[in-house]
Amino acid sequence: MDARVLIEGNDPVALPDGGPLPHWDKTVDVSVETVVKTFGTTPALHGVSLDIAAGELVALLGPSGSGKTTLLRILAGLDVPTSGRVLFDGEDALKLTVPERNVGLVFQSYALFRHMTVLENIGFGLHVRPWSRRPRRRDIRRRALELLDLVQLSGLEKRYPSQLSGGQRQRVAFARALAIEPRVLLLDEPFGALDAKVRRELRRWLREIHDKTGHTTVFVTHDQEEALELADRVVVMSEGRIEQVGTPDEIYDRPNSPFVFSFIGESSGLPVRVEGGGVWLDERPLDLAAGDTPDGPATLFFRPHDVEIGHESAGAIPVVVQGLRRHGGARRLDLEISGRRDRIEIDLPAGDWLNVSGRISVRPRRYRLFPASG
Amino acid sequence: MAGGHGLALKRPSAIPGFGLALGFTLTYLSLIVLIPLAALMFKTASLGFSGFWEIVTAPRTLAALRVSFVISFIAASINVVFGVIVAWVLIRYRFPGRRLLDAFVDLPFALPTAVAGIALTAIYARNGWLGALLDPFGIKIAYTPWGIGVALVFIGLPFVVRTVQPVLEDFEREIEEAAASLGASRRQTVFRVMLPALMPAILTGFALAFARAVGEYGSVIFIAGNIPFVSEIAPLLIVIRLEEFNYAQATAIAAAMLMIAFTVIFLINLIQAWQRRRFAP
Repeated sequence: MDARVLIEGNDPVALPDGGPLPHWDKTVDVSVETVVKTFGTTPALHGVSLDIAAGELVALLGPSGSGKTTLLRILAGLDVPTSGRVLFDGEDALKLTVPERNVGLVFQSYALFRHMTVLENIGFGLHVRPWSRRPRRRDIRRRALELLDLVQLSGLEKRYPSQLSGGQRQRVAFARALAIEPRVLLLDEPFGALDAKVRRELRRWLREIHDKTGHTTVFVTHDQEEALELADRVVVMSEGRIEQVGTPDEIYDRPNSPFVFSFIGESSGLPVRVEGGGVWLDERPLDLAAGDTPDGPATLFFRPHDVEIGHESAGAIPVVVQGLRRHGGARRLDLEISGRRDRIEIDLPAGDWLNVSGRISVRPRRYRLFPASG
Repeated sequence: MAGGHGLALKRPSAIPGFGLALGFTLTYLSLIVLIPLAALMFKTASLGFSGFWEIVTAPRTLAALRVSFVISFIAASINVVFGVIVAWVLIRYRFPGRRLLDAFVDLPFALPTAVAGIALTAIYARNGWLGALLDPFGIKIAYTPWGIGVALVFIGLPFVVRTVQPVLEDFEREIEEAAASLGASRRQTVFRVMLPALMPAILTGFALAFARAVGEYGSVIFIAGNIPFVSEIAPLLIVIRLEEFNYAQATAIAAAMLMIAFTVIFLINLIQAWQRRRFAP
């Protein structure tokens, strides 16, 4: 047997220990077409469409109630959409039951089988196969041991889930999902129950596993740091709709809606007015280009670190310094817009730390204007 | 298992009142359980071992003990199967009358056992509703060991249902979903994942139903026919000896029952402890 994992479209990737892992079934691309889901009369998804390429690692990111978990459960077959289609490699996945769909599922709660050892948990999906496709007992055991090695838990095969830490349990849940050679891996808040340090370790570990095995992977998270760091593409969801799909850089640097701008990263939003290609703060013209933003009320968004400060000058935003605090490696200024109640926050690099106080003015270097809705 | 702590009764604890609570528990258990049982053993001891052994191994006593324990065991086993199904239906399905059905489960708890026994006898006797249906096939329930079984199943059912129900209710939906996603059929999910996880609760229900059945008297004597060597239960034999003012014999049989029952329940507890050690939450 070839001691490599073959992934279509990628070069074969050698396993770290060179141990032979049976060949993974080919992973698939996933298409979601105008999927609508309502629970009773409560809409959860309003016609969501999404294409995921084979081997991609995609994050579904959104606040609670945004429909991200519902979408994941529909992909897994645990929920049935009210209308719309789900395709795996062009094949209608909705016709398949959960066991037939062959997806690897990992839950936040791990959902391990408490009465089985680690090894039995991992081998479960192979043990329950119909006779014709069931590997021999010895092969199941070998396969489970290899997966245990892959998730770096060698030697713990005889333990019961209750004898493992949270991070170890989550890795067992992973190995168990990988054992069935899933066509898609679906992870529901996989690190949600873990503390921050373990979470960061597992994040890197998941990225490595994904690079090795190349499964199409969709994971749900409400942690933007996790989504931006881990995913090839991020799907930002809000209130049952997809707000934006893009690479982490696109999502962070070019948010396409006020929701994404305020949900991802830190930002300040300032109500302004667009008139004749210029941006006005009350009666003061700002030295900013309105671009193709239509005339009328708008919101000016910018990030705390994309702002330069200076003395009071025309065309900049006049502010009064309210306070100065430490914020990681930078200093953060709390500012109140002169003559208004609005507050904004900006970062000063720690090195340039000035004794700022009183009236100054700030000018966003990078910003986005969104027409005020309603 | 928590070993190696020895007999250190006084341990520093954030929760005060250990001494008081333990003292109260020991006193209470002594008054309610241990002292009466000790009196029983004391009375038995006055017989001497050979006297005790002679009474206990007398053919009629042995037959009564066998009837009591074997039928109790069978009845508790039947209750495990159907009790789990009843609990399952009550928890997993929503249908009109579910709450009413749920309340019915407790009836064997509440009904005076003599009433239950008379009612069951009336139904299963040859001229009763069910007895009349079974009679043409030569099946007799009332006044046979089968009748004892029916009565013991009746009184034991709530113990299994009520111990399994809360555990099943708390059973994580995601565990079932995980099993299904791994390719398990519904049957495999139930038998390989859910029932093993419910096993501690099922065993507790079994132990309770069994213990209750062994001690049951009121309902059985009406339906059993009470034929010595065939359908005479050990508790009835004790009462017969008491009515003969043969207190020593009565206590000897009682002591024998107590020891057997204690052994069985102790074994069940050992199995449970072993399970707990394996997969404590």
